[in-house]
Amino acid sequence: MADEVVLLDCYYSMFGMRARVALAEKGVEYEFREENLANKSQFLLEMNPIHKKIPVLIHNGKPICESLIIVEYIDEVWKDKSPLLPSDSYQRAQARFWADVIDKKVSVAGKGIWSTKGEDQETAKKEMIDALKLLEGELGDKRYFGGDDFGFVDVALIPFYCWFHVYETFGNFSIEENCPKLIKWAKKCMEKESVSKSLADPNKVYEFIVGMRKMYYGLE
Amino acid sequence: MAEVKVFGAWGSPFSKRVEMGLKLKGVEYEYIEEDLKNKSTLLLKYNPVHKKIPVLVHNGKPISESLVILEYIDEAWEGPNILPKDPYERAKARFWAKFIDEKCVPPMWKACWSIGEEREKAKEEASEALKFLENEINGQKFFGGDTIGLVDIAANFIGYWFPITEEIVGLELMTQDKYPNLSKWAYEYCNCSFVKENLPPNDKLVEIFKGIIQAQPASN
Repeated sequence: MADEVVLLDCYYSMFGMRARVALAEKGVEYEFREENLANKSQFLLEMNPIHKKIPVLIHNGKPICESLIIVEYIDEVWKDKSPLLPSDSYQRAQARFWADVIDKKVSVAGKGIWSTKGEDQETAKKEMIDALKLLEGELGDKRYFGGDDFGFVDVALIPFYCWFHVYETFGNFSIEENCPKLIKWAKKCMEKESVSKSLADPNKVYEFIVGMRKMYYGLE
Repeated sequence: MAEVKVFGAWGSPFSKRVEMGLKLKGVEYEYIEEDLKNKSTLLLKYNPVHKKIPVLVHNGKPISESLVILEYIDEAWEGPNILPKDPYERAKARFWAKFIDEKCVPPMWKACWSIGEEREKAKEEASEALKFLENEINGQKFFGGDTIGLVDIAANFIGYWFPITEEIVGLELMTQDKYPNLSKWAYEYCNCSFVKENLPPNDKLVEIFKGIIQAQPASN
């Protein structure tokens, strides 16, 4: 029986991109359904009644929510190709730990940079730089966070790359200056088709955020 | 020879999660109590990112974050399953464990220790979150089905710590009327012999919480 895979998503969402990258890595065919977050579909609300958020992966009618949980699910179901989590339990624990660090530190700081001003924005900027430096330290001299192979932590972080233009512009700083190794890593990831085809265009993300700032935060 | 250490704090539900996981698998370990006001050099070395307990150290290799640790324990040792085997059920278990940590515990804890409008807001948030859990347990003995699993271990705060705290601070949030399923689950959970043996003593927790109340400003 053919698998039916649907992804409820939003073009700009770095969380949605994680799912897209994972599905592309596994060569899974799926239907991409763009949600208008200002006017969520009834279907989305049914599939994710608790958080009412994207992404939601629907596999043969069954919904899975939360981007990192979706990526692990994809890795477990389509296990014969491009493993994303390492096979060693300790390495798996480390991968889960660092993906969680990305969620707790990068995601939060990122939003702060484009949606606040003054002291709050400065704090967010500092937190972002600290978080990226921490991750750069973890990357070390490895090609990917996963070592020689693109893996779970790479999937968790790479979508933020297309948001760097937003952070740098509104935060008025250069990520490359602060974390050159991380940018080198990101460019390496972008050479992979699964990544380059899944990430949004940074200029489009920027335009989107310009609009969001005006509409929801009263910022120019 | 395997060497397993747990750096924890006796009163912490997060710390107890790890011990429960190890006991479920029948793993022997050395427990090191941390003074959270004066964290040991060893703890800071093993968890430099968050500087928190619990930390599991297995053959010298540290793992942090209680839910990450529980998944590691499940993979590293034979014995009763902490997570289900089916990928979809695993995704669901991860979802609810995350939901508990992000949406239940923070407002529940805040509702206990805040006053006035802040308390009311936290109560409302916690009530909403608990409603989802109430529907999810839906008359089952445990979240894990017939046996305790990841979500039951993650919900230890809800099953044990919260009812104790709630009573001391005079907050009527998780009542049997409003949450009959959850209340029944809490009873089953706390009275299940395996859990009972591994919870911190009620009277010691009461003493700590009463101390917190006394230390609060007079306006409370």
